[in-house]
Amino acid sequence: MRMNGGQALIKSLELEGTEIIFGYPGGAILPVYDPIIDSGIRHILARHEQGAGHMAEGYAHATGRPGVFMVTSGPAATNAVTPLADAYLDSVPMVCITGQVGLAAIGTDAFQEVDTTGITRSITKHNILVTRAEDIPRALKEAFYIATTGRPGPVLVDIPKNIVDATNPDAYFEFEYPDSVDLPGYKPDVPVDEAAVAAAITLMLAAERPVLYVGGGVLKSRGADILRTLAEIVQMPVVTTLMARGAFPDSHELNLGMPGMHGNYTAISALQKADLLVAMGSRFDDRVTGKVGAFAPDAKIIHVDIDPAEHGKVRRPDVPIVGDCRVVMENMVIQLNAVGGADAFGDRSAWRQQLSGWQEKFPLTYEPSAPGELLKPQFVMEKLRDGCPSDTIVASGVGREGESPSQYWKFDHPYTWINSGGLGTMGFSIPAAIGAKAAFPDRMVWAVDGDGCFQMTAQELVTASVNKIPVKIALLNNAYLGMVRQWQEMFYENRYSEVYLSHDMPDYVKWAESMGCAAFRVEDSDEVEAVIAKANAINDRPVVVEFRCHSEEKVFPMVAAGASNDDVIVDPSQAALLQSERLHQAGSQKETLR
Amino acid sequence: MTRPGDLAHHTLAVLVENRAGVLARVADLFARRGYNIVSLAVAPTSDERFSRITIVVDVESSPLEQIVKQLFKLINVVEIVELAPSESVERELIIATVSAPKSIRSQVVELVNIFEGKILAVSSEQMTVSLDGSPRKIDDFEALMVDYGIVEVQRSGRIALPKIGQIAPRLSAVEA
Ligand SMILES: Cc1ncc(C[n+]2csc(CCOP(=O)(O)OP(=O)(O)O)c2C)c(N)n1
Ligand SMILES: [Mg+2]
Repeated sequence: MRMNGGQALIKSLELEGTEIIFGYPGGAILPVYDPIIDSGIRHILARHEQGAGHMAEGYAHATGRPGVFMVTSGPAATNAVTPLADAYLDSVPMVCITGQVGLAAIGTDAFQEVDTTGITRSITKHNILVTRAEDIPRALKEAFYIATTGRPGPVLVDIPKNIVDATNPDAYFEFEYPDSVDLPGYKPDVPVDEAAVAAAITLMLAAERPVLYVGGGVLKSRGADILRTLAEIVQMPVVTTLMARGAFPDSHELNLGMPGMHGNYTAISALQKADLLVAMGSRFDDRVTGKVGAFAPDAKIIHVDIDPAEHGKVRRPDVPIVGDCRVVMENMVIQLNAVGGADAFGDRSAWRQQLSGWQEKFPLTYEPSAPGELLKPQFVMEKLRDGCPSDTIVASGVGREGESPSQYWKFDHPYTWINSGGLGTMGFSIPAAIGAKAAFPDRMVWAVDGDGCFQMTAQELVTASVNKIPVKIALLNNAYLGMVRQWQEMFYENRYSEVYLSHDMPDYVKWAESMGCAAFRVEDSDEVEAVIAKANAINDRPVVVEFRCHSEEKVFPMVAAGASNDDVIVDPSQAALLQSERLHQAGSQKETLR
Repeated sequence: MTRPGDLAHHTLAVLVENRAGVLARVADLFARRGYNIVSLAVAPTSDERFSRITIVVDVESSPLEQIVKQLFKLINVVEIVELAPSESVERELIIATVSAPKSIRSQVVELVNIFEGKILAVSSEQMTVSLDGSPRKIDDFEALMVDYGIVEVQRSGRIALPKIGQIAPRLSAVEA
């Protein structure tokens, strides 16, 4: 069929199965917005391009399908930079279409011209500047293929205005959608190296203190089910990183929870004391390893990752396995069953006892608020968790309160946790929650946000109201950039520099109501449960619940940046106990040396 | 002083798809990950779909394995071959304009002849000369020319081929 470039672009998106475009129009992309009117694809008009990008990410996190977002040139493309970087660091499949000035104007510093492919080169998996209308279908085919295969990531397609312009005769061509790509340098499918898997199994059989260190790659490969089978056969304790919450049920007895800078004591220490780490789709991020030289000093490493560049980037594995986590785990299970399955493993009860001992001594804990005192975020999270269905999707912001759901929620289903782990983008959670809710209108979706984060992207609640996407926002208002305040308290001698925001300015309830949301304010612990129930009963509009939180509350445990995981700081109430535990461990080490 | 020809180095011949911006992608990758490029030469190949980028990287700054793996992540990188110096013929070209007034012109000409270089242009005060050869030979020549006063100099960066009968190893992102 003969059509112009703009029509071809929308047609290509349709053929790729795109349900929703999150976007924002403008001069250079105008010709592509016209055919949207005639398309079955839903377009959701964000209120800022960054919002559109995070919505596409939220959609992709929740569904596993590529998020699509479309913006115009220049300032819109630069507004898209943050979500692209966010998606790049968290390996989120995404296709971003940007308008560009006409080819003849490129390089002339034309109005709203920026070098979009240049700016985004290092924060996209790939990007493409299309120069002829007839190349649009191929570019889109490649973009979706690259974004969704191998290690997923964002791909940007930059479209000069003249090649989509309906008034330009050269923008017309006979549309044909390619059914395959021709990319001689891109071969994402690697066969599983069965010998490497066998070597890995030998290490698993020999290990006395193994830990499965699970990262976001397991979710990207849709590998949660086989992960459980594997963990149960090997009877191997599991830690799930910030990117992998939900990949393994928190209620499972083998789950130790989250390691890392704000992980729990047992998960952090299990990695430190392990003699074998099976790193599954995890990347030895500095927030997990702490000081790299001191990380898991006695552990041999099996590292499964689809991206070979992750092997040896931070820690050299003893057995590197390149491949999709799900496929590799399937092969592991076959080979494990062939050597006797669970029966092949010796007694590891000493290790399990050590771990459960730590779990008893050092659970997550906090001091409840005294009567009349403002709320504790941990308390709010416990109540919220208990008041929501278990398949609720939670998107979180960044900061002290952003950490609270990753610690206090119980994730029992994959794809219920959405966060900005790699870039740590304040303002991520509201638009990400909107993207997830747009994908799953029947599921409950909560965003948990700090007051600082909320002020960065709150305008997207207008998008949510107008488009009937009733997300719920738990706004943890502690009047501060709390996480930064915590660092200033702990590492800058209480010298608080530019971290105060105020509990009352703005008036969040009025602001939320003006954006079409139902809004509540809670200050008293006794009211928390009832307000959550009220919020959960509202389904026709977004809801914002402002929880007035204590300004001085800190997140523990904490591994200070650059410190060793061995020096994890626990809640003050556990500090003395930890001190004696450390002395005891040092003593028994000396004995074994002798 | 270490001279370019002395540096412990790896030479990678990187076959890339001829698509817009591919050189910038490769150069960006080195810049962003802190790898040092000693020299870089780009040329078309006999197949018009591809170009070859010959990159000399300094071993100190950069773990070769990571460089190769990161290069392979670029969608347009098709093949990477390592040309080990001992198993390759390496060539580089230098063009230099040196100060050569009448009084010393014959000395400069003599040196150029000894090195089997060429004289490209002569004026009353200066002379532009060229030489191709192994990077070490180019270093030696350049050092001698410094004594006469180099006005401007340009080196091409090295290109290389495996010695006849040798097959340079094709690298892979996945360890064998
Ligand atoms: C876009 C962006 N700017 C700055 C930061 C640095 N930062 C990390 S946490 C934080 C404070 C967040 O404050 P708030 O949203 O109120 O959460 P709280 O820590 O108080 O719970 C800041 C400024 C960031 N992560 N992202
Ligand atoms: Mg705050």
